Amino acid sequence: MSEIKIKRILPDPSELKAEILDGYPTKVSKKRSKSIVINDPEAGLEVQSNVRTVPGIITQRGCCYAGCKGVVLGPTRDIVNIVHGPIGCSFYAWLTRRNQTDPGPEGENYMAYAFSTDMQDSNIVFGGEKKLAQAIREAYEMFHPHAIAVFSTCPIGLIGDDVHAVSRDMKEELGINVFGFSCEGYKGVSQSAGHHIANNGIFKHVVGLDNTEREGKFKVNLLGEYNIGGDAFVIEKLFEEMGVTLVSTYSGNSSIHDFENSHMVDLNMVMCHRSINYIAEMMEKKYGVPWIKVNFIGAEATIKTLRKIAEYFDDKEMKKKVEIIIKREMAEVNTVAEDVKTRTNGKLAMMFVGGSRAHHYQELFTEIGMETVSAGYEFAHRDDYEGRHVIPSIKVDADSRNIEELEVEKDEKAFRNDLAEKKIKLLEQGFEFSDYKGMLPEMSKNSLVIDDISHYESEKLIKYYKPDIFCAGIKEKYVVQKMGIPLKQLHSYDYGGPYAGFTGAINFYKEIDRMVNATIWKLIKAPWLNEPELIGRFVDATY
Amino acid sequence: MLLRHTHKDIKERSALTINPAKTCQPVGAMYAALGIHGCLPHSHGSQGCCSYHRSALTRHYKEPVMAATSSFTEGASVFGGQANLLTAIDNIFSIYEPEIIAVHSTCLSETIGDDLNQIIQKARDEGKVPLGKHVFHANTPSYVGSHVTGFANMVKSMVTYFSESGGQKTDMINLISGWVEPSDMREIKRIAKLMKAKAIMFPDTSDVLDSPMTGKYEFYPKGGTTITDLIATGSSKRSIGIGYWATNDAAIALENKCKVRFDVVDIPIGLRATDRFIQQVSKSAEVVIPSEISEERGRLIDLIADMHQYLYGKRVALWGDPDQLIPLVEFLVDIDMKPVYIVSGTPGKYFEQRMSEILSKKVPEAKYKNGQGADMYLMHQWIKNESVDLLLGNTYGKYISRDEKTPYVRMGFPILDRVGHSYFPTVGYMGAIRILEKILGVIMDKQDLESPETRFELVM
Repeated sequence: MSEIKIKRILPDPSELKAEILDGYPTKVSKKRSKSIVINDPEAGLEVQSNVRTVPGIITQRGCCYAGCKGVVLGPTRDIVNIVHGPIGCSFYAWLTRRNQTDPGPEGENYMAYAFSTDMQDSNIVFGGEKKLAQAIREAYEMFHPHAIAVFSTCPIGLIGDDVHAVSRDMKEELGINVFGFSCEGYKGVSQSAGHHIANNGIFKHVVGLDNTEREGKFKVNLLGEYNIGGDAFVIEKLFEEMGVTLVSTYSGNSSIHDFENSHMVDLNMVMCHRSINYIAEMMEKKYGVPWIKVNFIGAEATIKTLRKIAEYFDDKEMKKKVEIIIKREMAEVNTVAEDVKTRTNGKLAMMFVGGSRAHHYQELFTEIGMETVSAGYEFAHRDDYEGRHVIPSIKVDADSRNIEELEVEKDEKAFRNDLAEKKIKLLEQGFEFSDYKGMLPEMSKNSLVIDDISHYESEKLIKYYKPDIFCAGIKEKYVVQKMGIPLKQLHSYDYGGPYAGFTGAINFYKEIDRMVNATIWKLIKAPWLNEPELIGRFVDATY
Repeated sequence: MLLRHTHKDIKERSALTINPAKTCQPVGAMYAALGIHGCLPHSHGSQGCCSYHRSALTRHYKEPVMAATSSFTEGASVFGGQANLLTAIDNIFSIYEPEIIAVHSTCLSETIGDDLNQIIQKARDEGKVPLGKHVFHANTPSYVGSHVTGFANMVKSMVTYFSESGGQKTDMINLISGWVEPSDMREIKRIAKLMKAKAIMFPDTSDVLDSPMTGKYEFYPKGGTTITDLIATGSSKRSIGIGYWATNDAAIALENKCKVRFDVVDIPIGLRATDRFIQQVSKSAEVVIPSEISEERGRLIDLIADMHQYLYGKRVALWGDPDQLIPLVEFLVDIDMKPVYIVSGTPGKYFEQRMSEILSKKVPEAKYKNGQGADMYLMHQWIKNESVDLLLGNTYGKYISRDEKTPYVRMGFPILDRVGHSYFPTVGYMGAIRILEKILGVIMDKQDLESPETRFELVM
């Protein structure tokens, strides 16, 4: 993998874009045209994103609740998460996201449980606050957890149940931390609003509760890593080996006890920028902890990240260890990549997921010689495509305005002036903080970038590009495979993984090799369908 | 332990549900609507509902599940979802060209009081529904009943919207399908055909959610009840509702609307429910029961008799939907197993009545509960107090199975981690043989795994 990544110039897909837009009613066409962008990595193009989905278009997006409870709060094992609403919302978020966790033999772990107030029509009519309070009481009496979180579903906001007031009362009554989230499904335009609400809630109610100085010379948080398929376990091991103390991961293999102490670190590292940058920003403002963007998806990305961390701490020993790790791991990575490449080189991939994966995973494909011809996010904002420098110019529309921006003030006592000074010094040396450059600059010229892709658009894309692999989620999985094209799920990893770090890269190369070269794709057609129809009968042969 | 916080000590709960044995209405409505040919289900609510339901159904069937959503925002939640639904109808017909859009509501649109009838009429008035195409709806508030209720409401709406009385009754019978697998629907049709009963089945998800891979994706697969057939259900001579919870309302609606008399039977799971189903088809369609059916029955009886020693007295815990649980529990009792713990989140007093009829004499120690508070956590607590030999239910049982080291057979919805349910039916006598094969498999595997070497058996 010593070769330098050469960006190709792909054929101009203007014709495809026109064809897609042509199939839409005029109004839809006009709206979608701004979210379908033919990339020019140097041009600073704008990708319309984080805007309302067109009703009826068949989107893959989910809701605010899914982003808040499902994504950000769900993976923390020792909070009892009570979903306030009818049963479905709790049911669908019950163990469906593969966030692995290791509580040890005796530790608290509520992740295999679904808690719900199971609202009935009478609760909708007369209000559900009493039922919620009772549910919290019952959960406490049965489990005595350290904390209970409450999640509002669509009807809650409409009937006016005040989950925050109930949570406050119960916190007082029970003497444990109880906090609520107004993450009704209809808020915002996608899961993204839920991420923000979750970030706000954790910051307000959890971060900073425990001021114990933990042991460790270099303390960090990993933000936006959800331990799907064990990714966080791989990263934890790397940190351990290089001598970095991981205080908390938001949120994978995570514990609320670690969140409470997570302001006591020297550095925040952001994996999934979209879902978690808020907490990184707030922590910096209040406690002076700087953040850097990291990426452990892809061997090259992992190398860069490890070196960057060592650079930040500027520790000789750590730098040495990092190089040892890289040298050791890359031997196998290179061997596998070179072998896999003989079967994958030049093949085409496209990916439409999340708010960061559709970007991060491109690196892994590049490493086995595959080209990403088209990609897009499901719930990203413009900065995830174009880079954080566009944030000041993003117009806040009616849907985003209602998502609270916390007013965060400097905590004079706890503020880390040393880190702030360190940041200034490093900035002068060209070290990049608080920066994410987005997807566009790293994609080839003329690649097609599509935000919030619709089913109709995916079909058109597949017909045009005939990709060798399509990466998306469960809803698209069998649709695309019916067309004879393998689909790799990048939300659930198709129950495989881990794909982070060096071990993960090797797993992913092998997985893609398996998928694009599976024998079954060549056996789809029955042999008789390739032959002219034979009508005849056997005649008795005479010898 | 995966469920390490589950205590033996049972405390009365009045507000908190833990590990539900049900989900919400709209997913059932979506599944039912997929059983109409050329139909695109539409979820009138937040995007999350549609996304969650599509995901749940996709994970269960490992098949494409298409549906659209009104994509409510905060504005729509305040001002009503009319504009969203009108736009959606317009877009769906121009982009995806279905024959039918089957709209179902959600807790959100129900709470704000959107009048689907009026909105759909407005869409028609405004010319948003092309000639010859249809939009109909079912009200499926998530805070009433369960996923089974949603299925029932959508099936009933098929009747209210499509069925027409053609004046003269035909020679057909209606088979109103309850919530069963595509494979089960296919099997029920096979049985009817074998009996020479002319039947319209609705809804019918076979050839929709078990479609072949050909290299070409069919947005509207070849299966599903056609509009012509749905209309013709009003002229059929009789209806058989298969499963009380899922089909009773539709059967009544059809009688009221088109004077088609009906009988509601249990889903033909196991021996006697299949007996009753066969007899009902014979009676309703006025056909004789062919010897092939008796032979299939005989094979089942033969298997039960041969394997009785492995089944006898074994304690079983079950969870799922009443329409499945009732015939299944009856079957277990018939093979001398002991269904001791049964829970269903789906409400309805009839459950208790039937369970009591089936269990009171032969398994008086049985505990059963449905509706509010009847969740898998409670069932697990019962198990902690006195263990069972077998677990029967959806995929969520795997956590209990592993913790309690108890043999476990997956049945019901959803099954997220095994295949087979789409292809191999559990209805009819042949289906009962499959259930037995699975039960025997896990019980005998446990014996093989745990018996001392000295007592390890070759022949069983």
